[in-house]
Amino acid sequence: MTALLRRYGRGLTIAILGLTAFWLLALVVLPYFIMFRYSFRPYLPVDQLGGPNDVYTLGNYATFFSSPRTIQLFGWAFDIPIHVQIFVLTVFYSCVVTVICLVAAYPLAYFLAKMAAPRNAPTLFIVLLIPLWVSEVLRSFAWFIILSFQGPLNTSLIGLGLIARPVRWLTGFNGVVVGLVYTYVLFMLFPIYNAIQSLDSNQIEAAQDLGSPTWRTHWRVVIPHSKPGIASGCVMVFMLSAGSILVPTLLASTTSRWFTEIVQQWMFESQDWNTGSAYAFLLLLICVLFVSLMMRLFKVRLADIAK
Amino acid sequence: MRQHAFGRLLMKIFVAVFLFYMLMPLVIMGGAALNNSRFPSIYPWVGFTGRWFEDLWADTRMWTAIRNTLLVALSVVALAVPIGTAAAILINGIDARARGFLYGVMIAPILTPGVVIGISTLLFWNAFNAPAGLWLSVLGQVSFIAAYVMLLVLARLQSFDPLLEEAALDLGASHTQVMRRIVVPHLYPAIGAGALIAFFQSVENFNVTLFTKGNSDTLTVYVFSKTRSGITPTINALALSLIALTVIGAIVYEITRRRAERRAMEEAAAAAAAEDADLAAAGPLATPAAA
Repeated sequence: MTALLRRYGRGLTIAILGLTAFWLLALVVLPYFIMFRYSFRPYLPVDQLGGPNDVYTLGNYATFFSSPRTIQLFGWAFDIPIHVQIFVLTVFYSCVVTVICLVAAYPLAYFLAKMAAPRNAPTLFIVLLIPLWVSEVLRSFAWFIILSFQGPLNTSLIGLGLIARPVRWLTGFNGVVVGLVYTYVLFMLFPIYNAIQSLDSNQIEAAQDLGSPTWRTHWRVVIPHSKPGIASGCVMVFMLSAGSILVPTLLASTTSRWFTEIVQQWMFESQDWNTGSAYAFLLLLICVLFVSLMMRLFKVRLADIAK
Repeated sequence: MRQHAFGRLLMKIFVAVFLFYMLMPLVIMGGAALNNSRFPSIYPWVGFTGRWFEDLWADTRMWTAIRNTLLVALSVVALAVPIGTAAAILINGIDARARGFLYGVMIAPILTPGVVIGISTLLFWNAFNAPAGLWLSVLGQVSFIAAYVMLLVLARLQSFDPLLEEAALDLGASHTQVMRRIVVPHLYPAIGAGALIAFFQSVENFNVTLFTKGNSDTLTVYVFSKTRSGITPTINALALSLIALTVIGAIVYEITRRRAERRAMEEAAAAAAAEDADLAAAGPLATPAAA
């Protein structure tokens, strides 16, 4: 603090501190705290607020574990609370999306960083950026058109003779996964590209000269070097997917609900902000857990992930 | 060696397929805007029409939404840029122990789902009787967009030499002068990039805005409500307009880049030629290769 005072004087230091404090307190920490507090209080009519019923309770979290539904898994019948099931499926399919994005983006990132001619790489980048500039909601809507029952995909597949009759693509989580991968794959590509680009090409050539097959060069040289980029991409894609409302609402079917849609229902349809807060907090919790897992798995620091 | 060439070919095919996958949906969506069919699709092709653009042009709700989007985005830039810059200077100037903790709090909003940011903003300002509306959307968006600005400015600050500040102070400059004439000019590129990113992040934002917007519309929210209610190709007309704008922007950028590249190459070639001429003038001994 004294260093700041010496460098910028009292007036500027107060301005710097004030702006940062406003941001971190009024826009970040206190709102999170208020939400956390809301999540432990019951949903009451306005005239009962502050009354004897206005106490701290775990009731909102109990709602999460209520209303069980029987499901079949590997021939066994389970009773699982419906919201827990949706939560687990949301996390599971977000992981699926993350893995697909990683598998698709890694080779491309490697190509752009190490194989493409330096003259062409920027052009390829600009072409790839075009879908990113076109709004997310429109990108999902494009897949709604493509995957619809009488849409271009079914028509072309029938035309090519690959399928005999139209397929209903938008069932279960198919549409959601397709839409999420398309919408977020570039958030995987760019961090990995940045990481691979900083690798000295001589290391790759040395490995090849020493007789290492391609897969081993990647496993022992390229991937260890690009770990921060991979972790960063995984975190971004997972969180964007798990927190997405647009794509699931547009591309889900009646049997596939996303956890964010439940949160939104509590907030706007039920007007129950307390249960909504509890559910939002659970979503935040799973994201924190995922980030920690990635940091542990790839042995990277928070600063590497946020780059 | 043959295997290597085969690998390169496979890779090129993969890249081509990937590009097709990224661009094909845009073509289909844009094409539907010109199809004279009541539903947004390019198949069956009913005939060419411009009526969806006329509908779009006449849609006053969309124009309001566009105006709101721009207002929100400019307000976000106006708030996020000073906040992010101040935060970067602060974190750059404090000792290492406090830095780690502060840094963690600052980047937490980037790693938080938009839904959570939206809800917490709504609840917090509701406690002060501030109703949901575009202003709340601005505050919610700033909470995480300021972090992007902070990261960009912080990266730029790492190449700043604090001795410059010391020298200016020793020469009698005031602290404000040091900030205005030395620190901020050094940060201009990062501040500019931050402002640009803040603007587009704000325009793109959906999750935070959805929870905080109250009864107002921004463009993304409006398009979203359109896709859920009466689906007509008007949205496709909007999509095609956006795609056209983006593609034009990309082409202009690419031409400028290529031109700059060519100029740099020509200058390098001219310099090399001048050097050769100098060497030749120096006598036959200096250019043994020419002999």
